Amino acid sequence: MALPDAEALCRVLAERLRPELLPQTALVGIHTGGVWVAERLHAALGLKTPLGSIDVAFYRDDFNRSGLHPQLKPSDIPFDVEDRPIVIVDDVLYTGRTIRAAMNEIFDYGRPARIDLAVLVDRGGRELPVCPRWSAHELSLPARQNLQLERGADGNLSLRLVDA
Amino acid sequence: MRNPQLNSHGELQHLLTIDGLPREILTAILDTAAPFTEVAEREVKKLPLLRGKSVFNLFFENSTRTRTTFEIAAKRLSADVINLNISTSSTAKGETLLDTVDNLCAMQADMFVVRHASSGAPFLMAQHLAAMGLEHIHVINAGDGRHAHPTQGLLDMYTIRHYKKDFTRLTVAIVGDLIHSRVARSQIQALATLGVPEIRVIGPKTLIPTDIDRMGVRVFHDMRAGLKDVDVVMMLRLQNERMQGALLPSPQEFFKYYGLTADKLACARPDAIVMHPGPMNRGVEIDSAVADGPNAVILPQVTFGIAVRMAVMSMLAGT
Repeated sequence: MALPDAEALCRVLAERLRPELLPQTALVGIHTGGVWVAERLHAALGLKTPLGSIDVAFYRDDFNRSGLHPQLKPSDIPFDVEDRPIVIVDDVLYTGRTIRAAMNEIFDYGRPARIDLAVLVDRGGRELPVCPRWSAHELSLPARQNLQLERGADGNLSLRLVDA
Repeated sequence: MRNPQLNSHGELQHLLTIDGLPREILTAILDTAAPFTEVAEREVKKLPLLRGKSVFNLFFENSTRTRTTFEIAAKRLSADVINLNISTSSTAKGETLLDTVDNLCAMQADMFVVRHASSGAPFLMAQHLAAMGLEHIHVINAGDGRHAHPTQGLLDMYTIRHYKKDFTRLTVAIVGDLIHSRVARSQIQALATLGVPEIRVIGPKTLIPTDIDRMGVRVFHDMRAGLKDVDVVMMLRLQNERMQGALLPSPQEFFKYYGLTADKLACARPDAIVMHPGPMNRGVEIDSAVADGPNAVILPQVTFGIAVRMAVMSMLAGT
């Protein structure tokens, strides 16, 4: 299957967000791929609020089954969450469990005015009532395949299919 | 024989001692602790990792600080924490350690944090749990006799790495009462495992085990010589309550020769950090001017200790 160009999708996503952003809107990327996409959006949209990032490992619902993965990144929310509109940014939306975990984590920093979701690719297969407000691309993948965002040595983002 | 702390996949099942743990596991604990330090800055200082788990603090010896930091760590991970005040409970009525454990297991314990005056008590508990087929229950040693205090050793390593970054170029001195110190033993094992090239121990002959050089340390009885150009000074508490017989003429004399004062600290590197596991005896092993001075990192040690204990608890609970 031919996969779309991830850098082009970032530009598409930025243009979809642009008309609906408020001056105080903050982006929060989910480690690791979501942070890369959020960095692209943050630069393209010229947002004033610094970029936030979270690692949802502490909030995952499969901790009892799979434990902590070893390469944890610290979460960094460099703005006041209280009453602020927040856009969660992720690379690939699948079951929705990561987004559930991300929302729980954000609420531990304060009560946001609202939370929206922007994703590069929506691959279907939801297990929770989660729906992105913006996505740059939709496709349907079988459960045996994973879609991954990768960053090359040159810094360019690309999508890759791997067997689950 | 397999290290009794590790499961068949080589993951940490219990934390009983630093002894025999590979560098990868020590590094993984320190790496895992780093993101936990940030939780203290949040409005809601809580993570859901141990939600629904019961952590029993079994302190057969008093230790307000260690018990409290374990309690905070477990509560920040959303566990239910039960503190057992052993001196007023069934042990005083004659119950054995393992009977106490069996009873708490019947109350669906998930984790024990144990401090005991007898070396090996936490190991005995872990062995007993395995024999009972209760491998899902974890044991953390919070100090046993003169044997080990692994979370103290780990939080000390976290503190050193925070300030000095690279273990492999450091000279570290441990000063004071080594013979009674489980903290020193865990520190030496951790420093050696993480690759510290020069570990020194400093103290009077009566307070240093005669065979300690087998642990790969250099022994100094003169404090100024021992502190020369060190990067890290780790003070130990003079264990008054363990001091039976005449090992020391007096605390005042100990202070004169081995108390850390500003002029002795001047022998170390100017950017040396000064650590102490607490509680401090000011004017015995450390002078107030040093304890409150710019080189001291004694209070950050306490803060880091919470993150390190959170890391250990969540790693154990995830296996």
